[in-house]
Parts: sequence; C-alpha cells; structure tokens
Amino acid sequence: MAEPLLKVSGLEVHFPIRSAFLRRRVGTVRAVDGVDLEVARGETLALVGESGCGKTTTGKAILRLIDSTAGSIRFGGEEIAHHGTSALAPFRRRMQIVFQDPYASLNPRMTVGGILAAPFDIHRIGHAGDRAERISTLLRTVGLPADAARRYPHEFSGGQRQRIGIARALALEPELIIGDEPVSALDVSIQAQVINLMKRLQAERGLAYILISHNLAVVSHVADRVAVMYLGRVVETAPREQLFFHARHPYTQALLSAVPEPVPGRSRSRQVLQGDVPSPAKPPSGCHFHPRCPIAQPRCAEETPRSRIIAPNHAVACHMVSA
Amino acid sequence: MIGFVAWRLLQAIPLLIGVSLIGFGLMQLAPGGPLAVYTLNPTIQVQDIERIKVIFGLDQPVYVQYVKWASGLFSGNWGYTFFGGRPVLDVILERVPATLLLMGSALSVAIVLGLSIGVLGAVKRYSVFDVLATTGALFALSFPTFWFGLMAIFVFAIQLRWLPSGGMWELGDEGNILALLEHLVLPTLVLALVITATWSRYSRSAFLEVMQQDFMRTARAKGVPPAARLLRHAFPNAAKPLIALLGVELPFLFSGALVTETIFGWPGMGRLFVDALNMKEYPVLMGMMMFTAIFVVLGNLLADIAIAAIDPRVRLR
Amino acid sequence: MTAAATLPERTGTAAAGAPLLAVRDLTLHIPVPPHVLRAVDGVSFSLHRGETLGLVGESGSGKTLTALMLMRLLEPPLAALPQGRVMLNGLDLMMLDEARMSKLRGRAISMVFQEPMTSLNPVMTVGRQIAEPLMRHLGLSTREATARAEEMLRLVHIPDPKRVARAYPHLLSGGMRQRAMIAIALACRPEVLVADEPTTALDVTVQAQILELLGELQREMGSAILLITHDLAVIAETAHRVAVMYAGRIVEEAPVAALFAAPRHPYTRGLLASIPKIERVPAPTLPEIPGMVPGAANRPRGCAFMPRCSRAISGCAAEPPPLAEIEPGHRAACWNPADG
Repeated sequence: MAEPLLKVSGLEVHFPIRSAFLRRRVGTVRAVDGVDLEVARGETLALVGESGCGKTTTGKAILRLIDSTAGSIRFGGEEIAHHGTSALAPFRRRMQIVFQDPYASLNPRMTVGGILAAPFDIHRIGHAGDRAERISTLLRTVGLPADAARRYPHEFSGGQRQRIGIARALALEPELIIGDEPVSALDVSIQAQVINLMKRLQAERGLAYILISHNLAVVSHVADRVAVMYLGRVVETAPREQLFFHARHPYTQALLSAVPEPVPGRSRSRQVLQGDVPSPAKPPSGCHFHPRCPIAQPRCAEETPRSRIIAPNHAVACHMVSA
Repeated sequence: MIGFVAWRLLQAIPLLIGVSLIGFGLMQLAPGGPLAVYTLNPTIQVQDIERIKVIFGLDQPVYVQYVKWASGLFSGNWGYTFFGGRPVLDVILERVPATLLLMGSALSVAIVLGLSIGVLGAVKRYSVFDVLATTGALFALSFPTFWFGLMAIFVFAIQLRWLPSGGMWELGDEGNILALLEHLVLPTLVLALVITATWSRYSRSAFLEVMQQDFMRTARAKGVPPAARLLRHAFPNAAKPLIALLGVELPFLFSGALVTETIFGWPGMGRLFVDALNMKEYPVLMGMMMFTAIFVVLGNLLADIAIAAIDPRVRLR
Repeated sequence: MTAAATLPERTGTAAAGAPLLAVRDLTLHIPVPPHVLRAVDGVSFSLHRGETLGLVGESGSGKTLTALMLMRLLEPPLAALPQGRVMLNGLDLMMLDEARMSKLRGRAISMVFQEPMTSLNPVMTVGRQIAEPLMRHLGLSTREATARAEEMLRLVHIPDPKRVARAYPHLLSGGMRQRAMIAIALACRPEVLVADEPTTALDVTVQAQILELLGELQREMGSAILLITHDLAVIAETAHRVAVMYAGRIVEEAPVAALFAAPRHPYTRGLLASIPKIERVPAPTLPEIPGMVPGAANRPRGCAFMPRCSRAISGCAAEPPPLAEIEPGHRAACWNPADG
C-alpha cells in the first residue's frame, strides 16, 4: 500500500506551567497527548472535538507552526518533526492553512492583491511580471471579481474574506490544506457556499484536507474519515458513515447525541453528559473520559486504553469496546 | 497574600542597594568632587582643602567611603552637612511636616477633583462639559508650573491682595493656623492644577474602557440603577490603573515639588533639594535620594497590595 | 446518565388568553448621512406564557437589535431612535422613562447574553451578582438574598452552590458561567426571558445541557422565552413557534413543526436546505442561496430578498410584501410564497 501523504505517530505537544516565583516548572499542559493520524492523497480527514481537546494544536504542530515535544510527522514520506526553518521551506509550499477568523487572519494594511502575491514573493516563484495574472487566476478560482485585488480586506464580507484566505492557501498549489474551523464564523447560507467551494477545489486539484471543526453536521458533508479527540487524545477514528451511524466510543456517542437536528418534535433519548470538560493541565488518570462516561469501570481509571482496530479502518480507544 | 508581600519586600532590598550605589557613584563623578565649592573660595588654600578631606574621610578609597556611608544609614547616621555640620537626617526630617501639608492638600484636592471630572466626562462623553474638561486638561498640562505660579502670585497677591505672596508664615506670626491656611491656598492650587489634569485624563479613559465591557450591560439588564452601576460595577474595575497611578504619585508626598516650593518660598523638601544642589551639599542630596527611593518602593508596594485586594484574578499568582 | 428528555407540550397555536408580550411595528432607523440604516423595519410578534418563540436570522437580520430594543438597552446615541410598541402585560415599555424601565429589568423581563466569559463582573462574587437584583427589586436583606442566590445556583444545577456563590467568575468554565447568568436572569422570576444566542459560544455537549436547563426552568416557572439564534437546529429542539428574520423584517412566522415541514417563504426554504445535516449519503453539493444579505444602508425598494430569490415575480421589486396569514397561525411576507 502506498504511503499516505501525511502520517502522524505519537504526536505530543506539552506546554510547561511555570510558577510566578523563579519560573519553576510546576506542571504540564498536555495539549496533545499521543495522537496518531493518517491522511491519504485527495482525502478529507476531519478532526473533531470540543474546546480544549487539542485539535487546533494538533493542526498547528503538523504544519510546524508550533514545535511538538515528541512524536513523528511524516509528510510525503519524509520526517519533518525536527526540521529547521530552511529544511522546512519546501514543505511550506506543500501544506497550507486556512484560519477560522476571516476578520483577523488577513493583514488589514495590505491589499488583497498584496496578500495573494506574498506567497509567490516569499518562495521566489515566477517574476514580477506574471503576478497580476496569477492573482486574477486565483480570484477567479474562488469566485471573486478580478478588481478585488485592488481593494482592502475590510471592504469584504466574512464569506468573501474566507474565500480570500482560501485563495491565499491555494496560491502555491499545495497538496494538503488544513482548515482550522474555516466556516465556523460564517452565516449558514454563506457556509454552504464556502463548503461547496472547498469540495469543488478538492475534486479539481486532488487536494487533501484536514478539517478541524466542532460542527459535526458540517463535517458529515465534507469528510471521508473522522477522528474524534478528547483532552489531547484520539478516542475514535472511522470512515464517515461508520462514525456517524455506528460510533462505538461512549464520548463519540454522547457528542453525536448532543448535536441538535433541524427536525422538530423528535423527543429522542438524549444522552446529556454531566459536568464540564476537565482541564488539560490536570487530566483524569487512565482514560481521560472515565469521570463522565456512562459505562466506566474501575479499570478505566487505572489504565489508559490503547487504540485498537475493531472493524476495517475503524479504531477505538476504549476498554469497554471489543471488535 | 503574606507571601506576596514578603516577596515584594525581599525584592526591594537589592533595588535600594542599587539606588544607593548609583547615587553614590554619580556624586563621585560630579566635576570638582564634593569639595568643589571650597575651591572657589580664594581664602582657602590647598592645605586647608586637604585637611578638610581628611576630616570628612574623603581621602579614603571610594568603596570604603561607600560602605561607611551605607552602613551608617541603618543606624540613623546619615552623615553631616558640609555647611554647619548638622545631621543630615535631622535636616531632612524637619522639612517633612511642611512638605506633607502642601503635598497632602494638593493631592487630595487634585484626586477628588480629577476623579470627578474624569468620571463625569466619561459618563457624558463628548458633551460640552467633557470637551471643556479635555481642553482644559490639555492647557494645564502644557503650561509650565512656574508660569502658573507667577501668574497666581501676580493676580491674587499683588493685584487683588487677597492672599500672601509666599512663605509658610508671616514673620513673627508663626503658629497662627489661619495665616498658615492663607499661605497654603495658592501653592496648593497651582500644584493641584497639573495633578488634576493628569487624574482627569486617566480616570476618564479608565472609566470609558470599563463602561464598554459586557458586564456593564449585564448590570443594566438586571435593573441596577446608574449610580450603583458606576460605584459598584465600574469603579472597582476601573480602579486598577488609578491605584497604580496613586502608587507612583504617593512618593511625592515626601519628596515635594521643586518649582512650586521655590516660587512660593515654601520650606519643604523640594526647596531643600534645590538649595542643597546650589550649595553642593552632597550628604544632603544623597540622603534625600535614599529617602525618596524608600518611599517610591513603599508606594508601589502599597499600590500592588491594594490592586490584589480589589481584583481577585491577581491573587492567583 | 441517559435521560429521555421530555420536551415541553407543544401546542403550536397560542396558549390560552392574551399574549404576555406583544411587539408591534418595532422599528430602528439609524440616520447616517446620507443614508438611513433600516436596521429593524417594522417587526411585530407576540409571546405567550410558558411558550418559547425562536427568533432566527443571520448576521444583519436585526435580531440582536430587536432583543436589545425590547429591554430598552440601546445606548446613546441610539437610545432615542426606536419606534413602535412593546406591550408587556398591557404596559407599553417604550413609553416608560429610564427609571421606571430599570425597575422592570431583571424583574419582569430579563436577558441572557451570548458571551458568558465577559458578561459577569470579574471583581464581584457570583453570589453577590445574583443577590443584587433580589435586593434591588424584591427588597430582600443581604442575608435573605444570599440564601436565595444559593438556591438559584442549585436550581441551575451548579455543583457545590455554597462554594460557587463565594467564588469569582474567572474560576468557572463557560458552561458554568452561563448557568450563573441564567440564575441571575431568573432570580426574580421574570415573566419574559430574552436569550440572545445563549449557547453559541459553548461546546455542543454544554449547549445540550443549557438548552435542557432552559426547558426545565420554563416548565417550572412558566416564563415565556424569546430565544434568539442563528441555529435552526437549536430552534427545532427547543421552540414552540418560530419567526424568521431577514434584513430587518420578519419574513415568516409559524409553529415549529409547520415551519420545518412546509416553509412558505423562499428565504426560509433556502435556509433550511442549506443547513448541513447528518445523513447517510451526503449531498454532493449543499444547496446555496446565491448572493449576500444586503447591507442596512442599501435595501432594495421592494422585497429585500428579491435579488436572491428564485421565485421572484414582477411585483416583488415595487413594494415590500406585508406579513400576511397564509394558513391559521402561519404568516409569511411574500408576494409569491411556495406551496405547503
């Protein structure tokens, strides 16, 4: 089997907590605590979870925007977890990111044209003469008028700004784009436009996506495979239909049951999880989910469950789930 | 909390040592040295200067002089003045009451006035009052104090003859409280003018920022009346930068105001400083420097404690 | 920990008696020369006791401004601009002076805001913030109010209420802070609760808890809730009736079941179609509504939705359609509404 485009193993990102007195290390925030992921070419992997689960940190670590403290990141067969800045340069062209906040992720003092030209300038692609053409091609690709290049970000709506962000990510023709909650800040009717755009681009260019999102409904439209994270760990990974209709991990089940559906009058048996998500600085022992888990046993507090394959392509980290 | 205070006091020690070192060092660097003033006197000869040096211990190595002086500070021996040989500590301390009186009055008036103007300006933003207050503050901060002082004397003492033109007492009339108050009015007002301007600007911006916060809207949505919103919700949150400002200004209570005291002939610490500079009274200057440094540290410490008392989030660390 | 959530009785049509809250022609036109921003343009609806009305719209629809106007919470210079009537139990809130209105806020009508992280005073204990309206409106003593505050914390299922009452907000999570906000809003048992996107900033599992809590409290206290949100799925699960807002106007209003089963206004239909849903086989593309919401300054002369509407006819450009009853209890503002 061909090696996947991206293969992440045992990824850890730990942040030290320092006291005010003499900055001694008094604890660790285990934002990402042993994550395994794979993305094949042209595939969309969704990384879902609630706030504090570590999905955004994982995305940034994969792109080397922050340093991981342990683990391996293999992109296109090459290990990049420990590459320095210059060694990373060619990889920056091949993997890109689209951010969540369309209002904060574009430099307000640059024109749209300037923003789109920057990737070419930084990586010294082409020459000054063909910039204009490249920019107008990009704008056309994302459905924006050509004269947008002369205008500034604040003149555009949220949805349009997100398109600009996507255009910027596409500029260098990457193989992988990480979307960090790319549609969460948009209105529903605009979400649909941007989601459709992203799917079309994927079909045309064979792009792989990692879609980081807390919105399971959006994920169900775009993802091929889904990985569910809780407090720094992946608790379940499965192909789309398997996850949404045959989820096995109790957290995934609770998450799915909490998602409101636009169908009124269904008094369905809802699993309402009690309590709040614990702090990543003081995670529960063993399985992080055991204090809130409806089927927890004593073993769950003592031993961390390992991720096991229970069905084709379907992995679950839970003591109570067998193949 | 105790740990917090102890830690801050501990931090204060190297700070004060550093200040003393710098001050001592600067003085040694002054041209002519400590005895420069004597060399201007034609009747004094070189041998006399050498003798004076030995008497004052100025022939010893610099670090010895420093250690002697610094250790003297702890025992209350802050040195003796060049002219008159009086203990420096006494010279300084006898100026303290007058200083406290002037600075205390000025600060109290200024803070109360400045706060009120600032809060009113924030509540009624861009109203006529606010615009006038802002412009007025700008004027007050731009014009030099000596100009204000001299104009005040000119108008109130000379033209109108309402108030005395300077000093703390009239000769021969010491002890007359009424006269003291008369003498206090002008310098207090001149001093308070600038401080009021600063406080009104700070409090206006601090309150404006707090009033935009979401929890103020929640308070209004609960039905809390405007006065209570201002006092119980806005003020404790706006107080932080203001307390910090107070902490910075508190040392002035003791170090006085140079220009104002000179113009009005007020016998405070500021005047002492100017006189000591003119006479090159280095022992006094060094003593005043340490005195001020101690109060700056104390002032900041009190401010930090007050902030921690008001804002529970600060206490976490 | 599995609870079959029994949803409140959904009668669909009006509960017995006159409406508790009747909003008529609520309007906010903001002059910004040379334009006039028609932020809210003649909004009318009613709310009955024990009922949840969902007010749905996207950004620019005017739903949040409507909520703020109900509570008279607009700040100067907007404060004097609203027009229309807001009748709470027959009393027109728009005619009251600020002093009288402030006596009603938190007492007869309360609001819960979107951002739990910044909506609580950081330097006041949680218990004190709940006790404040109790002391102000009901005249309770400090001791009585503190005891009631703890009771309210228990009512909103905050664990260890005594300790939380003495704690400061920054020690609580987002979900707990929102529960505290609800406790504050409901302390004096108001008749109307306005909830402006109360769960938008929360995780989906916490959202489920909060929505369940609101339903439970409504059943216990009989309050009427105006739930403002952009999330139609939340509406489907919690509201009895729905009003859809677009460009400052209500374009459709119906009982929840009727709206989702047979939406009549093209915008509602487009909106419902474009919501991603969890299905076995996902649609290859999500239906889109082409174009964008017009800005408040440049609303077209006729129907505001016309430029994006697939059912537009010639009459749509001339005049905005009135909100008319198409079926009993189901109103739509459209010259060419879709069939049921």
